[in-house]
Parts: sequence; structure tokens; C-alpha cells
Amino acid sequence: MQVLGLYNYWVVIVLMMAGLYIMIARYNLIKKMIGLGVFQTSIFYMYITMGKVHGGTAPILEDGIELYSNPLPHVLILTAIVVGVATTAVGLALIVRIFEQYKTIEEDEIKAIEALEHDS
Amino acid sequence: MELLVTVVLLTFLVAIVVGIIVLRDLLAAIILLGMYSLVAAGVFVVMDAVDVAFTEAAVGCGISTILFLGALSFTRHEQKPRGHDSLVAVVFVVLTGALLIYGTLDMPYYGDPQSPAQTHPELTQHYLYTSMDETGMPNAVTSVLASYRGYDTLGETVVVFTAGIAVLSLLGLIRRRPEDETPDDAPGDVPALPKNDSERTS
Repeated sequence: MQVLGLYNYWVVIVLMMAGLYIMIARYNLIKKMIGLGVFQTSIFYMYITMGKVHGGTAPILEDGIELYSNPLPHVLILTAIVVGVATTAVGLALIVRIFEQYKTIEEDEIKAIEALEHDS
Repeated sequence: MELLVTVVLLTFLVAIVVGIIVLRDLLAAIILLGMYSLVAAGVFVVMDAVDVAFTEAAVGCGISTILFLGALSFTRHEQKPRGHDSLVAVVFVVLTGALLIYGTLDMPYYGDPQSPAQTHPELTQHYLYTSMDETGMPNAVTSVLASYRGYDTLGETVVVFTAGIAVLSLLGLIRRRPEDETPDDAPGDVPALPKNDSERTS
């Protein structure tokens, strides 16, 4: 049990860094948003891990049950999930507008177009 | 057994993310992201966070996938092969990850009942054992979300409302894909009137 005591956190960090890598190394804007989604969900996962108690149950009060998992991280993450989707929606709307303007969603091509416009 | 389920699901999550990194087809990547959310919802159930699990399954897996697919239908499916060097990104990500893993060494172990968050007398214990008398709701998550931290939830609603306004002002209400231009007199439509007399005669 102790060997895997921190396994969850390590997986969270691997997922988080994978999301960060997608956001840095991929030029496609929609792919960047996917990376952001991966990053967000890994953070949710870290909070829920902190709330778990061995032998505990879901925090719905019931007679005869003594041990519950911590409800506070759950509350914070419920808020974070909804806010995360709101962020995604705004980001995607911006991407659609960028596509209409530049006819591409590749970051390097957008930069090239902008450089051309700047020169002329 | 529970630990085994968690470990298997977590490994599955990592495999899905590797797929997302490798795939160049954006549609496939978006579907993998939906799977990632659904598997994460399964992990949340194993970790007793049932409210979070169904929110993640409905919002993270459902609505967010629909949003991505909608955005994709206005743009392109294929991610171009990238021609830039990502060695800097790999080094940066590995360094950051190593630092974060060093940081986790101080964390309480998974499921530790003696962790500081669990034993704090005025937070967890208060919410768990007095919320039934104070709010009358058996679900501690609901009572904290809607009662003790009601203003947080109000703020969350404001954020969602603002995001809705932002999306509407960016995109407008009606949006057509460039390829399906509707003809001037679509079946059932009243044909559009010519704008002025010169057009009508010509």
C-alpha cells in the first residue's frame, strides 16, 4: 500500500505535463485547446485524490456510516469543471473567428500572414 | 482490489493521452478527449466523488466534446505536420515534471485518514457532522456547494453567463459553414426580392 501511496500524484503530474507539452509543441490551435482540457482534468484528479479516505464512502450522510471522504475538494472541483467548460467555449469561439479571418488555424501560418501584412 | 482498479484506470488515462499527442487527425483527438473525461469520471466514482463524476461525465465528456466538434465543423480536421523543433519543449516539460514530483514527496499518502485536511476540526468535520442539522441536506457536497459556499456558486454562474455573452458576441447568433451556402430560393422559403429596380429589369 505504501509503495503506491504517491502513485496517483505521479500520474497526475504525467498527465499535466502531457497537456502542457501539447500546448507548447503543437501549432494547431484546436490541438492546444485539447491539451488545455487534458491539463484541467488532471488537476481535478489531483484534488479528488486528496479527498479520498481509506474505508470511507461518498459524503452522503447515512445512519450507521462513520467514515466519509472529504467533501470539500469535491465542491471546489464541481465549480472548476463548469468554469473549465466556459473557458473552452470562449477559446473555441476565438479559434472559429481566427479561422474566418486567416483561413488557417496553424499558429506558424498565422504568424507568417501577420508578418507579410506588417511588411506591406 | 480498489487500488487495482485505480491503477488500471490511471494507466488507461496515460495511454489515451499518448494517443492524443501522437494523432494528427483532430476528430480522433477530440473523441479521445471525450474518452479521457469518461475514464476520469470512472476514477472519480472509485474515489467516492460521485457528484464530481456525474458532472464530469455530463459536462466534461458531453458538452465540451460537442463544443469541440462544433468548432471543428467550422475549421479543418487535419493538423499539419509540424516542422519545428520541440526539444526545448520536451526539456522544459520534463524539468517541470521532475520538480513537481519532488514536490509530491511531502504529500500525505493516498487515502490517509490522518492527513491535515481530514483532521481539521472546523472544516471537514464541521461540514460532515453538523451540516445535516444546519441545512437539512444529507448530501454534504450539496450543502457546502449551495448553502455554505452559495456565493461561490453565484460567482460560477456569473462566469458562465459572461462566457455565454463572449461567445455570442464573437460568433453572432446565425453561422453558416462556407460550403453550404443556401440558394436564394430554398424550398419553402419566400424568394428574396431584388434590391432595386435595375436588378429587377436585368
